[in-house]
Amino acid sequence: MSGGKETARSDPRDELVNHLPAMRAFAISLTRNGATADDMVQDTLVKAWTNIDKFQPGTNMRAWLFTILRNTYYSSRRKAKREVADVDGIFTDSLAEKPAHDGHLQMGDFRVALGKLKDEQREAILLIGALGFSYEEAAQTCGVAVGTIKSRTNRARKQLAELMGLREDEAMEMTDDATMSVLSASKVSSF
Amino acid sequence: MTGNGQNKTHEGVIDENLRRVYQEAVDEGIPDRFKSLLEQLKQQDLDVCDGEDKTT
Repeated sequence: MSGGKETARSDPRDELVNHLPAMRAFAISLTRNGATADDMVQDTLVKAWTNIDKFQPGTNMRAWLFTILRNTYYSSRRKAKREVADVDGIFTDSLAEKPAHDGHLQMGDFRVALGKLKDEQREAILLIGALGFSYEEAAQTCGVAVGTIKSRTNRARKQLAELMGLREDEAMEMTDDATMSVLSASKVSSF
Repeated sequence: MTGNGQNKTHEGVIDENLRRVYQEAVDEGIPDRFKSLLEQLKQQDLDVCDGEDKTT
């Protein structure tokens, strides 16, 4: 009897599973650490489940979940700042060893550059650039003003461009260089 | 105007990389632990309901 009543009402908790891939990918991109990301996602799931009454049906569930996710991250970061710094070092070292084939070096460079951003900037540019959030959605998610998100995103873009060696006039050149180095590498190996 | 064009190109390169970083993480898939966690949470709620009926 009570079971029938439960299923008749749509339970927003049933939607949680649909957001799992995005939650985890955002957590990994933000923390650059799989274990930390998974712990965050686990905490977030439990919090979302037990606080589902605070979610307003019809509003953006992904933004709501990301808010919990990022808050979880920032409170755990305060607790374990040193640990995170160590992980960064390991991450950067392992990337430096990647070979230059088919643009992987460029990708590695980008990851390193992304890792150098402040968390708040990386978060903003991920939400806007990778997830396609609007500035308003990102602002709501991060609990800051729209202008703050815009300036964080702009600063992140500027810094990434600098770290990747993208300067004015050089965007196209760089792509050519990457192509050339792949071409010349394959030439050498064919000898 | 040219400056804008260059920024657009940079933005394109950066956003493409951002999407790639994100997509690679999506492609890793979801560990089973999360689906079983959701099952557990659901089961817990059901147990609570059952408990109320039978006064545990």
